[in-house]
Amino acid sequence: MANAPTVVLNARALERTVARMADEIVERADGAESLALVGIQRRGVQLADRLARLIAEREGAAVPRGALDITLYRDDLQTVGPRPIVGKTVIPWEIDGKTVCIVDDVLYTGRTIRAALDELADFGRPARIMLAVLVDRGGRELPIHADVVGRTIDVPKGGRVDVLVSELDGRDEVTMVIAGEET
Amino acid sequence: MSAPLGKDLLGLEHLSAEQITLILDTAEPLREISERAIKKVPTLRGATVVNLFFEASTRTRISFEFAEKRLSADTVNVATAASSVTKGETLVDTAKNLEAMRIDMVVIRHASSGAAQFLAERIESNVINAGDGTHEHPTQGLLDLLTLRQRFGSLAGRRVCIVGDVLHSRVARSNIWGLTKLGAEVAVCGPRSLLPTAIGDFGVTIFDRVEQAIEWADALNVLRLQLERMTAGYIPSLREYNRVFGISRERLERAPRDIVIMHPGPINRGVELDSEVADGPHSVILDQVTNGVAVRMAVLYLLAGHAPALAEAAKGGER
Repeated sequence: MANAPTVVLNARALERTVARMADEIVERADGAESLALVGIQRRGVQLADRLARLIAEREGAAVPRGALDITLYRDDLQTVGPRPIVGKTVIPWEIDGKTVCIVDDVLYTGRTIRAALDELADFGRPARIMLAVLVDRGGRELPIHADVVGRTIDVPKGGRVDVLVSELDGRDEVTMVIAGEET
Repeated sequence: MSAPLGKDLLGLEHLSAEQITLILDTAEPLREISERAIKKVPTLRGATVVNLFFEASTRTRISFEFAEKRLSADTVNVATAASSVTKGETLVDTAKNLEAMRIDMVVIRHASSGAAQFLAERIESNVINAGDGTHEHPTQGLLDLLTLRQRFGSLAGRRVCIVGDVLHSRVARSNIWGLTKLGAEVAVCGPRSLLPTAIGDFGVTIFDRVEQAIEWADALNVLRLQLERMTAGYIPSLREYNRVFGISRERLERAPRDIVIMHPGPINRGVELDSEVADGPHSVILDQVTNGVAVRMAVLYLLAGHAPALAEAAKGGER
């Protein structure tokens, strides 16, 4: 009995939210000088691209961008099968000394972010790592919290949050299903 | 869309185009790991891989070992000269004893065709064929496919000619299977004494003169000429072979297009391939070596996560 999805953010609201997040990231990072954004595959990458564009416009500073695929750092590889598809990791700049802001679409258990922190550490030693997420849905299983949050919603286990971005999905939208079937 | 590989990688003959594409698509992002400051991901932490080499190999063994280590697996190398194989232990006994020490995967190189499959049917661990007799060398085939795919974008309709000792070459067999499955046109070229008599059954074009192959091909995969083939009477002399079948700059300059040059190594410079060509702008020989590590990482990653129920289905029928 899958319920119909509820729209959390429509295209306009998503645009406003991302713009506010861009300002908050710069504020939290004390300016854009040593800031760099790393999006988590897949939809975190598009969000990071948009944030970087907005920050560049507002601050007049180019912000290095990267993409992180955390598949090889997952803590459940022994139990999931068949193997998840591995995506691209691209960090074509030195991360030492930078303020790296990890960008993801939905923060849930925190396990993805744990993996992302481990992976970033293999690239060097940033001065600081921040976390920005479009949606925080609660349900943490690890001591991880986001520094910048677009929207906080409480979605119980078994529910689902879907972030759609026009680059991949043809439109911008965030929807949730409270008591959908487990996927 | 995902097509699991099953328990073992024994050859390319029984893999589908989707399975081969899955391996290549997985290998592509894995190349990046070897460019990092810390060239290691934790994926196979706690897994033990045994490299069981019953035949001399430097490049393939090192490539596998890098792949295993960059995925954080623990590795043990068993070379026959220093093992109880010299005391007469059978292949299965050796493997069963290793399994009793709780290993997870075996990479095997053996002089007998079918050795990898023989082992795979008798042990629980994943088995990866690193070359069995004149049968197959699937990871070499895969790295050749990846290298060509990077050059051409897609293999469909591309013309690849395998030049040299096809008769004794497991590299040639894995290449022919893999290339045809991905839609490339395949030809072979070499002295008739070094082509299998049933080569026509593979559905490949045969060129007797290397000039014809160069006229036709987008890429040449030049095989190593084993020096002992001369003493065994397959060819009159190395000089003669070089004069008739050697790939030289002069010959390539007459080609209607730039031809990608591949070689599985180690090269006999001045025999099957002239140095100018091996080190020239169209050579992708070192890309092949780089891709070899990525392809082997992909195979290790995909096999380690095999779903047991799917293992039999993906293995292909008994032959």
